[in-house]
Amino acid sequence: MSLEAVNLTCVRRDRVLFEELSFTLNKGELIYLRGENGAGKTSLLRILVGFVEPAAGQVKYAGGAIAGSSVRRQYNAELVYVGHKSAVDPHASAFENSRFWCAQHGLSITADKVYSVLATLGLVGLEDVPCGQLSAGQNRRVALARLWFKTSAKVWVLDEPFTALDVKGIELLEHHIHAFLTRGGSVILTSHQPLSHLTDWRSLELEYRI
Amino acid sequence: MKSGVYGAMFQREYTLAFRQKAELVQPLVFFVLVVSLFPLGVGPSPEILQRIGPGVIWVAAILSSLLGMERLFRDDFQNGWLEQLALTDASLAGLMAIKVFTHWLVSFVPLVIISPLLALFLNLTEPMYWALLATLAIGTPLISLVGAIAVGLTMGLNRGGVLLALLLIPLFIPLLIFATSAIESAAMQLSYTPQLAILGALLLLALAFTPFAISYAIRVSLN
Repeated sequence: MSLEAVNLTCVRRDRVLFEELSFTLNKGELIYLRGENGAGKTSLLRILVGFVEPAAGQVKYAGGAIAGSSVRRQYNAELVYVGHKSAVDPHASAFENSRFWCAQHGLSITADKVYSVLATLGLVGLEDVPCGQLSAGQNRRVALARLWFKTSAKVWVLDEPFTALDVKGIELLEHHIHAFLTRGGSVILTSHQPLSHLTDWRSLELEYRI
Repeated sequence: MKSGVYGAMFQREYTLAFRQKAELVQPLVFFVLVVSLFPLGVGPSPEILQRIGPGVIWVAAILSSLLGMERLFRDDFQNGWLEQLALTDASLAGLMAIKVFTHWLVSFVPLVIISPLLALFLNLTEPMYWALLATLAIGTPLISLVGAIAVGLTMGLNRGGVLLALLLIPLFIPLLIFATSAIESAAMQLSYTPQLAILGALLLLALAFTPFAISYAIRVSLN
């Protein structure tokens, strides 16, 4: 199951962010997407998950274009996307947000499992507090819990997953990514900070173009 | 599995709507205040009130709906939930239909329930009241469905409120005309089935097409 970008071109507000960009994300591989602010990292990730239509080129998953409905279905079933909008509702608790997300994605997860994942993420005692009262880092953890829930996932697309996390949180996430990679998962992530516990990655550099 | 996904959507929307009680009550209070100011403003003459009553209630209902409408997708768009929804297997159109239905349930059904009180303020006769109830029952889902398209299109803009009103008010004019004409017919003891039939036809058309338009509008806003 590989995710393939074929000759992608992205134009935003009459500015070409990148042109003819091609790469393949293979099984067990981590792509570390880097670039200055405004270089188009988020735009690339949004093209990869299919929110944004590229100006040219296409994204393929398992050999088929993700625009096709059967490939799309498979891709949805095997993808976890954590964007820099966390999709955590401030009026619902961490527990409820997790349950809502799992139910929406067709995952049947028991309450015990939700509590144990939230505990792994250091949210013990905060499961039933409305997320609006939690800190930014804790909200980030609630969003990242999806990486623990969706065990059937094969591709993770993570936009700045380390933002607002503390040192321990970063370490926890890096270990989780590492375990996922060794299971054969593929990850593409952006980050402005160096990866300290992950060693085996391929770098993809986007340049800021004027 | 599929039905579970839609059920989960309903449950989430319903739960979250009741967490924000202030926002929920605001349009309702606005509606009641506007209608209750009219007897004070135009004088308590029962004939005049009865004459203008249907129009007042319907105009107030449309304006108060605009007040609450903006909320429909705003939060979910800003916190990224809509992005996550776009990555599920369930059809976005179906999910949006549920979202709009829940919105109608929590914001318009109370309005329909409170309408007997307002009918009393405005001296509506009993046949007029039943006609009002029928037009509200058919007309308010139409407001929700059509309004959701415009909300979907404007949610990416900051302060889309004015634009939303400008987009929507013209679309609601036919609804207003047929609804008030139905109540006037009822006041004259005439049959108002034709007006209801037209409103019903509009609603069925909206039910068939707007979920797709809403999901398209959302995909455009996500882009």
